[in-house]
Amino acid sequence: MSDATVPGGLSRIEAGYLAQSRRRRALSTVLGIVLLAMLAAGFGLADSRNAGGFLDGLHRIGDFPLELLSEALARADRIPGLMAHYLPSLIETLNIALSSTIIGTAGAVVLSLLGARNLAPARWIVAPVRRVMDLFRALPEIVVALALIFALGGGPVPAMLAITLHTFGALGKLFAEVNENADPRPVEGLASVGAGWVQRMWFAVVPQVAPNWLSYALLRLEINVRASAILGFVGAGGIGYDLKVAIGWGQGRYDAAAAIFVLLILSIILIDQSSERLRNRLIRGKA
Amino acid sequence: MHIEVRGVTRRFGTATAVDALSFSIERPAMIGIIGRSGAGKSTFLRMINGMTEASAGQILVEGEDVLALTGKARRAWQSRCAMIFQQFNLVPRLDVVSNVLHGLLNRRPTLATLFNLWSEGDIRRAIAILDRLGLAEQAPKRAEALSGGQQQRVAIARAMMQEPQIILADEPIASLDPMNAQIVMQTLRRIHDEDGRTVIANLHTLDTARRYCDRVIGMRAGRMVFDGTPEQLTLDVAREIYGADASFSEATTSTSLDVLPEGRRYEQAMLAD
Repeated sequence: MSDATVPGGLSRIEAGYLAQSRRRRALSTVLGIVLLAMLAAGFGLADSRNAGGFLDGLHRIGDFPLELLSEALARADRIPGLMAHYLPSLIETLNIALSSTIIGTAGAVVLSLLGARNLAPARWIVAPVRRVMDLFRALPEIVVALALIFALGGGPVPAMLAITLHTFGALGKLFAEVNENADPRPVEGLASVGAGWVQRMWFAVVPQVAPNWLSYALLRLEINVRASAILGFVGAGGIGYDLKVAIGWGQGRYDAAAAIFVLLILSIILIDQSSERLRNRLIRGKA
Repeated sequence: MHIEVRGVTRRFGTATAVDALSFSIERPAMIGIIGRSGAGKSTFLRMINGMTEASAGQILVEGEDVLALTGKARRAWQSRCAMIFQQFNLVPRLDVVSNVLHGLLNRRPTLATLFNLWSEGDIRRAIAILDRLGLAEQAPKRAEALSGGQQQRVAIARAMMQEPQIILADEPIASLDPMNAQIVMQTLRRIHDEDGRTVIANLHTLDTARRYCDRVIGMRAGRMVFDGTPEQLTLDVAREIYGADASFSEATTSTSLDVLPEGRRYEQAMLAD
């Protein structure tokens, strides 16, 4: 046996391991101190650049929500009617989010398989794919949407394209990281029967990673609902436009804003509930 | 060390996995439980450790019913009752010494363990145990970098770190090749001989039980059908345990090196199944 007892070496092994664990402990202590220092410094800088001061403004932080809430409560009877009124805009917003999530997920699947070091069909392809995904993530949706609205005119299509591009980058990165943790044995098994790259990915990788992909995609759907609502502020239509009007109008429209918030919260809860069910079905099989 | 098993039963829905098992262990021994897969061996071991609830019965260890324990008391019992698994159940990404130190998790403050603040004495003891099992060289490596046989010995080292009253081994060699299986079984036997600890091992091969155990318990469909010394384990008794007909030979249940060279017979036995 290669690993027989090592009479003289034992104290060396012991000393080596103890030194290693001391090094690790020292490193994590230093890391903890650095993190705390960065937190303190970052907060100080942000506070000094702020127009007001963090502590001076702290007591006013609840003013706006309180005003909104009290006004909405005073006219609570009108909220159900307003919710019905805004439902079509909500559906438009959800449509933008849903279509960009579906297209974005499909693209992210392809990008992530090409951008995973252990799975890519050729090594050289990994770095360029990753840089493209970085680019998609780095561009703020709102900037892309504004540029597209300038070129294509206002409406849901520029918003959808902007969100889709961001989804490519964001989901592609997360999917690629899931892929890199996939078990290589099934892939090897299928390589041994002469399966092509696409077949190996589809039959050996996708079944392993699908539950994780699905959770990330559904989380992305929630994020995209919010993003598509925000893009309404810059002229992409949907419920965001209504929210901008309701919140910006000044006095007297906070009941409408509250109705829109309730609609948004309800749709997020709905997505969360249905995604839970979908995931359970995928993991445990049909039940 | 006195263990008494009284009418231990486990039902899953309408199926009875373990059916009114009763026996007692008077002094430290190496006990093999044999039987086909599905005979209830694993369920029984998991009930002793407290990972599976029993439907009925008692297991008295020094007069204390360990099946009735809950919460903190149960976890304290688990730390005195080490378990070794078929698939090793180590943490693959942590180094070997950390895996062995996990044997102490029940006895050290949670916060200290989370920050990896093991005392130098604990670390030295873990490495000493590894050295005793011939694994000192592997100490700083990740568990996943080791071979199956080495990983199982790391699992045994974790068990020894617990200084347990009993070591339970659930099919400890079923995923190992004959060479490594022999090393792991010899290690378990050595722990029994040198430290005087009781070892209960589920084994699906007759010859392993015969070779390493002082006492063999045969289970079939949840019931105990044999309890005796290896010498009393005749071919007829084995047929009864495995529910096999006259064509049954010991080679069918064997993974040992001695039987393997008789290639043809082994092959035929395998193909006949």
